[in-house]
Amino acid sequence: MTAQDLAVRPSAVQEAVRRQISGRKLDIGALWFQALLLGSLVVALGILVSLLADVVGRGGTVIVERGPGFVTANVSSNPALAGVGQGIFGSLMIIVFVILLAFPVGIGAAIYLEEYAHDNTRTRLLNATVRNLAGVPAIVYGLLGLAVFVVALEGLTGGRSVIAGGVTIAVLVMPIVVITAAEALRAVPASIREAGFGVGATKWQVIRHHVLPYAAPGILTGSILTLSRAFGETAPLIMVGAVVGGFVNRPGQNLVDTLQGPYTALPTIIFNWARQPQEEFRHLTAAAIIVLVAIILVLNALAIILRNRFERRW
Amino acid sequence: MSANLTVADLRGTAARRRTEGLIRGVFVAAAGTSVLVSVLIVFALTEQAWRFISQVDLSVLISDGWFPRRGRYDVATIIAGTLTITGVAMLIATPIGLGAAIYLSEYASARVRRLLKPILEILAGIPSVVLGFYALAVLAPSIIQPLCGSNSLFSMGAAGLGVGILITPLIASVAEDAMHAVPMSLREASYGLGARRRSTSLRVVMPAAVSGIVAGLLLAVSRGVGETMVVAIAAGGVGGSLFTINPCAPGQTMTAAMTALATGSDQVRGDSLAFPSLFFVGLLLFLMTLVLNVISERFVRRFRRAY
Amino acid sequence: MTIELQPEERTIDIRLTTVTGSRPEEAAAAVPAEAVFELRKFSAWYGTFRAVRDMDLDIREKRITSIIGPSGTGKSTLLRAFNRMNDLIEGARVTGTVTYHGVDLYAPEVDPVEVRRRIGMVFQKPNPFPKSIYDNVAFGPRVAGLKGKSRLDDLVEESLRRAALWDEVKDKLGSLGTSLSGGQQQRLCIARAIAVSPDVILMDEPCSALDPVATLRIEELMWELKQNYTIVIVTHNMQQAARASDETVFLTMGEDRAGYLVEQGPTAQLFTNPQNRLTEDYVSGRFG
Repeated sequence: MTAQDLAVRPSAVQEAVRRQISGRKLDIGALWFQALLLGSLVVALGILVSLLADVVGRGGTVIVERGPGFVTANVSSNPALAGVGQGIFGSLMIIVFVILLAFPVGIGAAIYLEEYAHDNTRTRLLNATVRNLAGVPAIVYGLLGLAVFVVALEGLTGGRSVIAGGVTIAVLVMPIVVITAAEALRAVPASIREAGFGVGATKWQVIRHHVLPYAAPGILTGSILTLSRAFGETAPLIMVGAVVGGFVNRPGQNLVDTLQGPYTALPTIIFNWARQPQEEFRHLTAAAIIVLVAIILVLNALAIILRNRFERRW
Repeated sequence: MSANLTVADLRGTAARRRTEGLIRGVFVAAAGTSVLVSVLIVFALTEQAWRFISQVDLSVLISDGWFPRRGRYDVATIIAGTLTITGVAMLIATPIGLGAAIYLSEYASARVRRLLKPILEILAGIPSVVLGFYALAVLAPSIIQPLCGSNSLFSMGAAGLGVGILITPLIASVAEDAMHAVPMSLREASYGLGARRRSTSLRVVMPAAVSGIVAGLLLAVSRGVGETMVVAIAAGGVGGSLFTINPCAPGQTMTAAMTALATGSDQVRGDSLAFPSLFFVGLLLFLMTLVLNVISERFVRRFRRAY
Repeated sequence: MTIELQPEERTIDIRLTTVTGSRPEEAAAAVPAEAVFELRKFSAWYGTFRAVRDMDLDIREKRITSIIGPSGTGKSTLLRAFNRMNDLIEGARVTGTVTYHGVDLYAPEVDPVEVRRRIGMVFQKPNPFPKSIYDNVAFGPRVAGLKGKSRLDDLVEESLRRAALWDEVKDKLGSLGTSLSGGQQQRLCIARAIAVSPDVILMDEPCSALDPVATLRIEELMWELKQNYTIVIVTHNMQQAARASDETVFLTMGEDRAGYLVEQGPTAQLFTNPQNRLTEDYVSGRFG
């Protein structure tokens, strides 16, 4: 037998090995398992689709029929006339409070934690406190708002007013701002800071000229996502007295009166309408939900666009 | 420059030291403010809660159901309501969330991941009011009512489903992060021994990621316990409820009880007990979620330390 | 050309001196060798771990001093002690004295910011700021208080010339510093360090991330810079130390894992006729 013969005619051993390692055994179990897993994602997708379909189906007609009138009209017990205008106004006022109060304090706290604080027990305690605050249920912040901003500080805020509501939501959202800002600051590479210190810059100069510009896109994205979340917060507003029914502003009211007077927000309107049994209110609720979801989607899309745009720069 | 250098040359200006100190002070103040909040919360809650406890006859806390208007504050009722709804929620959220997490982490290609992960993110962004409406308007009539054979739309089951949808993305993202953090070398060792993907995922990756997964589950429970809007809309229990753990029945949770007390559906203004009872329940809720969050954090630290 | 800084009363001094025609060793020998840094019983600690033990060391003016030794012997720690960069690390402290032109660098009144404006540093991995080339070089002078566009323009140009980078970037001063090649980025970092007119430049393995061609250019640059600046360079590359430095300091690690000074002397002598057995073993490749 020559080597050529061996090459042409495989031996029994070769044959056995070839049979063992080639060909695919059909593993039904694995296929089922994978299908099951994929199924969970499909269920999630299905829920999303079903929710959107239902909401658009119910509310679409209202929006199409009444158009911008729906967005501007006041809350009313007559479904044909009711609109979400006051809610949008109230929600916007609340967002203003969030931006003015939560963002500077939250980002400032993050800068302290990441840039100035030494790694000791006190700092670790501070970090843990912030994390725990972020996990407190929203309704507890509502309680805080009720006790402090509505009752105790009634002179300043006017009781159940948009000031109290805005400050409550700002306080609720602040720990999240701290956490997202701190993450963005942590992502700044140490070499940038070292280089800054190396040419004799002070701590604040390094932060201002290098760390903050580098972290700004991340902080901005996080802030916008936080705003989008603040828009949908309902429970605390109910606790601090956002009007759930309807109200009318007195004509000729000045800014302070408006700030200290009754108000409502888009999510609380939805809450109220959702509880009404009449079929027309179902449609109205769905329409209001469309408005709310549209606003949130726009904010989220803005955040994603900004993040992509800035990521390309470096 | 060399010969006449003194320490004074290296001191820097007083003005700069002042400015730097001032700026630092601003940031310290910001950090302090954020801590001030927790102090305020604890203080506000305990003060009013104490007022409730000291005024109330303790027997009222173990009465026949939660009916604040009639002076019945059976704490067990609302806690049972919370736990029932959270239980239903975890029952559906855990398999779906974990399943999605395993698929995204172990099976999906990068392209599929990029397509499917946004679904979870969008689901996570839906406000709870919207889910409450969805639970009442869609889930209750199409799933709960046929299953339970009831004619009332309101039930703890419907609310539980809604809360379940709410917390599924949370479980999915924390579990996925935990599994993703398991180093490739562990998987390679398993595949190298001839194991298939299913065995590797279930027997190697998941056990390695178990602390992170448990942390995620605890966080989800904490979130479910604190959830208000879905429950306030879909669970019924307005006006109060008897003790029940039947998901087909309406019920009252701690959170919904609080909204009812605050908006006046249960509140009798001027009633000395209703207002402080609100804070009593709030304190209970705060403590429950705090404990859950702290334990969850312990697990997170354990899973981070492992790698 | 001297540029006066009003607020801080410091002078950023751009000396256009060039030493032409004479070989570097002659020039060095002609200038008296004053000590810029004097270390006495210097130890550096990270918490309870001693990284560098009891060093007595002199660094001479307008020389290139290289610090060599195996990994982990505290070379970088030693280098960073000269400009107080170790202060940035949590738990870092020093014992013993480090004097700079006779002044105790670690005296409590001393502001590290001032120290770093006189003692510049180039890092192992080039780390230009994610800003334009111009802004990279101008940053140091700007935070030191220098104002005025034309003065900054002149300073940027002069620094880039001294870093042998001007011709390559003069038409694109506005483009990102990070868009340059590795070797160019490192020269940009050198220009950035030069711009604040230090009298010492510390270099922490500046060529370890660069290819041989870029490395050679940096070494040639070091020879030119030596005329105006004292240079201390940490290097892993023995051959680089042998060909590019005037004096060499050899560190190794003791049993307590702390680095200590074995031998210091003129480079030529240390490499061809080392006094210490350990030095000889290291330079002939028997360990490290």
